[in-house]
Amino acid sequence: MDRNHPQHQVLYMRRSLFDQGYIDREQFIQLEELQDDANPNFAEEIVTLFYTDSARLIQNIEQILVNKPIDFARLDDILHQFKGSSSSIGAKKVKEACTQLREYCCAENAEGCMRTLQVVKQEYAVLKRKLETYFQMVRQVG
Amino acid sequence: MSTASSSVVSDQFPAGLRVLVVDDDLTCLMILERMLRTCLYEVTKSNRAELALDMLRDKRNIFDIVISDVHMPDMDGFKLLEQVGLEMDLPVISKYPILVTLRRIFTSLNLNLLLNFDLVRSLICVIRAVMSADDSKHVVMKSVTHGACDYLIKPVRIEALKNIWQHVVRKKKNEWKEIEQSGSVDEGDRQQKPSEDVDYSSSANEGNWRSSKRRKDEEDEADDRDDRDDSSTLKKPQVVWSVELHQQFVAAVNQLGIDKAVPKKILELMNVPGLTRENVASHLQKYRLYLRRLSGVSQHPGNSFMSPQDASYGPLSSLNGLDLQTFAATGHIPAQSLATLQAAGLSRSTAKSGIPMPLVEQRNLFSFDNAKLRFGDGQPQHMNNGKQMNLLHGIPTNMEPKQLVNLHHSAQSLGGMNMQVSPHGGHNGQSSSLLMQMSQPQARGQILNETAGGQVARLPTSTGQPILSNGIAGGVLTRSGIGENGRAGYNQVPQTSSMLNFPLNHAAELPGNSFPLGSTPGISALPAKGGFHEDANSDIKGSAGFIASYDIFNDLQQHKPNGWELQNVGVGLTFDASQHSNSLRSNIDVAPSVLINQSYSSGQRNGQNGNASVTGKAIFSVGEGTEHRNNGQNVGHHMNNLLGDNSMRIKTERVPDTSFQPALFPQHFGQEDLMSALLKQQQDGIGPAENEFDFDGYPLDNIPV
Repeated sequence: MDRNHPQHQVLYMRRSLFDQGYIDREQFIQLEELQDDANPNFAEEIVTLFYTDSARLIQNIEQILVNKPIDFARLDDILHQFKGSSSSIGAKKVKEACTQLREYCCAENAEGCMRTLQVVKQEYAVLKRKLETYFQMVRQVG
Repeated sequence: MSTASSSVVSDQFPAGLRVLVVDDDLTCLMILERMLRTCLYEVTKSNRAELALDMLRDKRNIFDIVISDVHMPDMDGFKLLEQVGLEMDLPVISKYPILVTLRRIFTSLNLNLLLNFDLVRSLICVIRAVMSADDSKHVVMKSVTHGACDYLIKPVRIEALKNIWQHVVRKKKNEWKEIEQSGSVDEGDRQQKPSEDVDYSSSANEGNWRSSKRRKDEEDEADDRDDRDDSSTLKKPQVVWSVELHQQFVAAVNQLGIDKAVPKKILELMNVPGLTRENVASHLQKYRLYLRRLSGVSQHPGNSFMSPQDASYGPLSSLNGLDLQTFAATGHIPAQSLATLQAAGLSRSTAKSGIPMPLVEQRNLFSFDNAKLRFGDGQPQHMNNGKQMNLLHGIPTNMEPKQLVNLHHSAQSLGGMNMQVSPHGGHNGQSSSLLMQMSQPQARGQILNETAGGQVARLPTSTGQPILSNGIAGGVLTRSGIGENGRAGYNQVPQTSSMLNFPLNHAAELPGNSFPLGSTPGISALPAKGGFHEDANSDIKGSAGFIASYDIFNDLQQHKPNGWELQNVGVGLTFDASQHSNSLRSNIDVAPSVLINQSYSSGQRNGQNGNASVTGKAIFSVGEGTEHRNNGQNVGHHMNNLLGDNSMRIKTERVPDTSFQPALFPQHFGQEDLMSALLKQQQDGIGPAENEFDFDGYPLDNIPV
């Protein structure tokens, strides 16, 4: 097989996403298996939806952390949702960062929350880039 | 309902299952929708609970099942559950037995709404990814108490969704049962199938819940009946109890005090035009049931166990001696394990024992207690147990530990069994209702059988978890057994030695009596058996009658029996004997192990028996005195065995003995009352069985003979 063959590259990239811990393999495969002729791009659509919807959540989190006193209860609600949706698409590292953020939230540790939010945003952005590249390759392969 | 049933029966089922998904998270909602569509379900989605509630209220919408997230901004999943529970008869409602009871009550109260929504089968609570173990447990518990029939953990797997239709089937079955009160073999078969399916589905879910589901189903069935009955009268202008109206109502009730709140005063306080005293009275009734349900869940005080048991035991005369011992044993247990058990049942952590018993375990424990009770009570208990068992079977395919618990409760209500029930604590209140429900199912004969099959299957799943608790329970049982053992035969019980660890601990707690059992581990059971045999003899007398019935049962419920038999095989002879609690007598020889089996078998049989029980009862009563004792012992043994893992299987195997089952069946056939009694007994027996055997035995039952 040609290592540079596009299809091979897609598989390679997919595997590295799993291996590097960005994506939860099982959950992502579940998403892919939900694709059929009627919904050939379901995984990509879901990921797109996730990024659209969670951008709002991150904005909300930032606002909450800026306004003092911090409404930790509300923050927890939002983090709960964020965690739920990131685990649904298999965004493993984002979810892990979220979990940590939630722990700081539960401890009402504002400083820890601020710090961990940066981690969340970073993981979120890194994964977004990687997935965008990946889905682009998938589409090219057809 | 009929429509729903027919749809269920269709070849395409579960394709076309109408599912309403509620989740505020769009990503999750879309994935869920896609997964459900992949399962060929008809999906309606809503990202707002309020909208979902409106959809449910709209008669034009018909849903078979509702899947709702718990965390939602506009109305959390619990409120939605509560509203659905108050307004509609959704099968979904609760997993926990207690809940189930409540649910039934609910249904009956909500007849009007129910009529509108009678096609809405289930409400599944989707619980978000668990943050912490405690959190998840708490949420699951809350969901159950609020009427969820199952729960899914995010990220949801399609495998879990592929099995949600089971809830609908269960519900429908229940309905069928209600409709066809005559127990026909066919029904039994249908039910069994579902139950098997259920087992599979449980993968995603904990086995425990399923049992509760069954119960729920049963309750639902009962409710449905009520609804139907009421339907004619209920078709009056409906009052929609909106969230606001309900809150006004709650405020009024709180102002008056729940005990002093009467419809007239509430109506005055609420001051809502158009609302009638009847509306308020009906809602108050539902609300009280709801509160009872909630309290039941939270209250699982150990007291009930102790005191109830004692009371029941006291009454038992000859058996009493044994019972007393058992009680004593239990008493010991209570201090330690009981508390824990109860706590566990509540889902609370068991501070005392520290034993991390899952809910299931707790349930198991309960079951065991019941077993003890049974033993103590001897025949009477069996009777009761039998009834419970039947109920359980009938009711719910899901009969899991929870169900067992319920059964126990019912059993308790019946007689000595009540004691056990009480231990369950808050459950009792509910349990009583459960019992009621259970009894209804019994009448349905067929239904029961079907459910029983289902339950069996479920039990197996739960068993895994429960095992530990079982062990404990076993220990407890042993204790009781020991007390009984005084006779010597009991010693055999100990064979389970492998289990010993648990038992021993318990034993320590328990009075010396049980400990003898500890020695029992020796399995020496044989000698003990001798003793049992004696008892058995008496039992045997009764058995003869049973035998006839057994045959019947076998035919009807072969499924269950088969499973057991298979398991029994391992155990061999003893099991057979024991299984027949009726057979207990004969079983007695086999004794220790048999006891467990008996209970199980009886449970199964009961399911089948439901009907047979009547005759069996009579018989039982005769031999019961001795038999029970034996049983008690046997139970202990079984427990031990169970603890040993290996032993558990064995027990199950024993259970398989058809003889028991047959007996039960005949009984069922005989009379409803008897059946009910039998059912109770069976249930009790089942409870224990579940703990130990559930997994193995039950599955087998379903399978084949």
